[in-house]
Amino acid sequence: MDIHTSLYEGRLIRLGPIDHEKDPAIESKWTHDAEYLRLLDTAPARPVSPVEMKKKYEAIEKNIEESKNQFYFTIRLRSDDAEQNDRLVGFARLYEIEWNHGVSQIVLGIGDPRDRRKGYGTDAMNLLLRYAFAELNLFRLSTLIPEYNPGALRLFQKAGFIEEVRRRQALNRDGRFWDLIHVGLLRDEWHGA
Amino acid sequence: MLNTNIFHGTLVRLTTEDPETAGKALSGWACDSEYTRLLDKPPALLWSAKKIQSWIENSLEKGFQNGFFFEIRTLQEDRLIGFVNLIWLSWTHGDTWLGIGLGDRAYWGKGYGTDAVRVVLRYAFTELNLRRVTLGVFAYNGRAIRSYEKAGFKVEGRLRQYIARDGQRNDMIVMGVLREEWLPSAV
Repeated sequence: MDIHTSLYEGRLIRLGPIDHEKDPAIESKWTHDAEYLRLLDTAPARPVSPVEMKKKYEAIEKNIEESKNQFYFTIRLRSDDAEQNDRLVGFARLYEIEWNHGVSQIVLGIGDPRDRRKGYGTDAMNLLLRYAFAELNLFRLSTLIPEYNPGALRLFQKAGFIEEVRRRQALNRDGRFWDLIHVGLLRDEWHGA
Repeated sequence: MLNTNIFHGTLVRLTTEDPETAGKALSGWACDSEYTRLLDKPPALLWSAKKIQSWIENSLEKGFQNGFFFEIRTLQEDRLIGFVNLIWLSWTHGDTWLGIGLGDRAYWGKGYGTDAVRVVLRYAFTELNLRRVTLGVFAYNGRAIRSYEKAGFKVEGRLRQYIARDGQRNDMIVMGVLREEWLPSAV
C-alpha cells in the first residue's frame, strides 16, 4: 500500500461522494425498514422522506466544510455491469473527530438487507480504516454497538476492534433492556499498520 | 410523602444563576488549566465571560443540550463553587450523561462534589425517573473516580488511550449507575 494505492477503490465496492439527485430516494427507502434503523442507531426509529434526506446530505456537507470534524462517504458497488456499477449500497462516516486527541467515532451501514453478508461492509471498513489511520493520521477509533446487533460486533472485531465498555441496560427496546457496547481500535492494532 | 427539597444536599444545593453571574464564574474557573483538563476533552481555552453568558442565554431559549444544567452553592456560606449537568438525555432509553465541575478548588476533596452528585442522582432517578446515569472520567482524575464510586457509580469499562495530554495517553473510564442499584443506598 502506497501513494499509488487508491484510497477509495475496494475489491467489491468503492467509496464515493454523495449524489444529491439519486441518493435521497434510495436512502429514504432504507429508512422505511425499522430493523435497519434500530441496528444502526439508538435514536427512535423514524422513516425519512427523500426531501428530508436531501436536506440531511446538504447539512452533512455544510458541517464537513465548516467544522471539519467529520468525513462522509457513500458506499457504491464496483461492477462490470453498467446497471450495477456505482449503485448506492451504504454509507461510511467518521464523525465527532477530536483532533487534539486524534480520536474519532466510526459508523457504516449497508442499507438493503439483500446487500448484506456479501462482504461489502468488510470491504468498506478496510477502506475507511486506511483513510482514518493513514490519511487523517488518527490515533484511535470508537463505535457503539447495541447488544442485539451481533453482526456489527463481529464485523468490528474482525477488523481488530476490542470491546472496551459495556454500558449495562443502556437500551430499552421491545420491552427489554440491552447493553450498549463500546469498541475501540488503536492505530498500532490496525491490521493495515 | 414528598421529599421537601430535592435540590438540597447536606453540604450544597443546586441553583440557577443569572447568565451574567454564571458567565463570570465559568470564565473565571477556566483560568485554572488543571480544572479545565480534569473536566473535559476539548483543548483548554479561555473564553470571555461575555461569550459564555451568550451561550447560557442561548441555551435558556433553546433548551440545554437535551438535558439540565445547575449551579452548585454551598449551604453554609451560600458560595457559588461549581456546576453540575445532565446532558445527552435519552427519554426513550432512560439514560443520561452526568458532568460536574467544582471550579473553586478550595472545595476540592471535602465531599462537596460527592454531595452534589448525590443530589443530582436523586433528581435523575426520582424526579426525571430515568433508569440509569452514565459518565466519563479521565484515568488521571483519581479524586473524581473515588467520589463517583462513593455516590454509587461502577466502572463499566475503559476507552483505551483516549486522552492525549502532556505527551502521555490516558484512558477514559466510563462509569454507570442503575436506578435499582442506587435505590437501596438512597433516601
